[in-house]
Amino acid sequence: MTVYIPSPLRSYTGRKSEVEVEGSTVGDVLRALDHRFPGLRFRIVTEQDTIREHIRIFVNEDQARDLSAALRPDDEIHIICALSGG
Amino acid sequence: MPSSRAGSPVTRRPSEKQAVAASPKPARGPVALLIGTRKGAFFLRSDGARRTWKLTEPMFLGHIVHHLVLDPRDRRTLLAAARTGHLGPTVFRSTDFGKTWKEAQTPPAFPKVPEGQKGLVVDHVFWLTPGHHKEQNVWYAGTSPQGLFRSKDGGQTWDSVKGFNEHPLRRQWTGGDQDGTPDGPKMHSILIDPRDPNHLYIGMSSGGVFESRDKGNRWSPLNKGCAADFLPVADPEYGHDPHCVRLHPLKPDRLYQQNHCGIYRMDRAHGNSNDRWVRIGENMPKQIGDIGFSMVLHPRDPDTAWVFPMDGTEVWPRVSPGGKPAVYVTKNAGNSWTRQDKGFPKAQAWWTVKRQAMSADAHEPVGLYFGTTGGELWGSRTGGGGWTCLVRNLPEIYSVEAVEL
Repeated sequence: MTVYIPSPLRSYTGRKSEVEVEGSTVGDVLRALDHRFPGLRFRIVTEQDTIREHIRIFVNEDQARDLSAALRPDDEIHIICALSGG
Repeated sequence: MPSSRAGSPVTRRPSEKQAVAASPKPARGPVALLIGTRKGAFFLRSDGARRTWKLTEPMFLGHIVHHLVLDPRDRRTLLAAARTGHLGPTVFRSTDFGKTWKEAQTPPAFPKVPEGQKGLVVDHVFWLTPGHHKEQNVWYAGTSPQGLFRSKDGGQTWDSVKGFNEHPLRRQWTGGDQDGTPDGPKMHSILIDPRDPNHLYIGMSSGGVFESRDKGNRWSPLNKGCAADFLPVADPEYGHDPHCVRLHPLKPDRLYQQNHCGIYRMDRAHGNSNDRWVRIGENMPKQIGDIGFSMVLHPRDPDTAWVFPMDGTEVWPRVSPGGKPAVYVTKNAGNSWTRQDKGFPKAQAWWTVKRQAMSADAHEPVGLYFGTTGGELWGSRTGGGGWTCLVRNLPEIYSVEAVEL
């Protein structure tokens, strides 16, 4: 499936804005991303496995509230940097 | 288990003769200021006479850089504590004085707690301290909320110091999330006794000053004599708000602190928690007061220290009293203070200087430097005798560290 990478995280992905990875949950996908791009996951997920305060993850058009959200092979994952001040 | 909430732990005080170097010769040559700001990091480099300064292009532009620190053991390795508004906290490392940077493999992070429990989350790494000179590659980091972390590999991987982070009284010591600064509760002022790598001090806003003599396994509060007049208890054991704690490297039993409730000195007569802080800020002019964030020590004279007072009246504006900035210096360990404002604006200058944003070099006379939240960097080549604005228009300055090149 395709994961869309926001600009603040593209230093990890070699400037790629779209990455193909596999997984059956959002947590799986983020682990797979971190395996390919070490360090990326901790910038968006805390040590308690919660999505960080100013990060949003959408599966297609629906917001995933936690890492357990289930995925289908044709889903698109959007990592969004939410508003966080000036 | 870690130590009790108070008590006077068995102490093994190193002799002052033990492992304390003789007073170093004054440094010569160029100086670099390592500047952390709310929008990135900068170097400001001087010529050999410290007369002209050149600002580098920003590093980590857009990152919140709370602290940028050089390893004095190799004088090449730098660590930067950084995050962005969106992205979580991390540490970057350079082994070539900032030419290239690499992110830590495992940044400071609290232990994962079992499902259903609420675990601690590092919001940002606030403070970095290189380890003891005999412990190459050891570093310490203090975080918001209050957490202590140690690296044994020069900042590539970080371990939680369980003796503090998992201490059963940590929550009581530090209070809740509201018991901190507006930017979050913080651990700062991680100090290492130059005679003993196992002897650590930490400062916490809030929480107070604590010490460990076994490298962080057991901790004791060290706050006797220090006011905490924002608490309902008259003389609490902990819960204080040290803003900046300093230890003199040539006289390690002497500590100073700029506290939320004044300026203090401690000369460790007992070597345990019975030692008391003395409010040397009582000797400041009453119309100025003794409130501020930062404090800097002379590198060769334990009796000389500088502070940057700010207004702590009524609603605590935390700006230069009366809009007239001044540094105050003591040359007798706080028994008297002298105003140093030559070169500063005479009025309408409402400066705030944060706790990590004031530093001294090792020259003679000592060079002093501080950064303001308005993005100005001021310096003095004469130990505060005259001040010059070295650079303007930086982002809000969080930290300044002076290093010899």
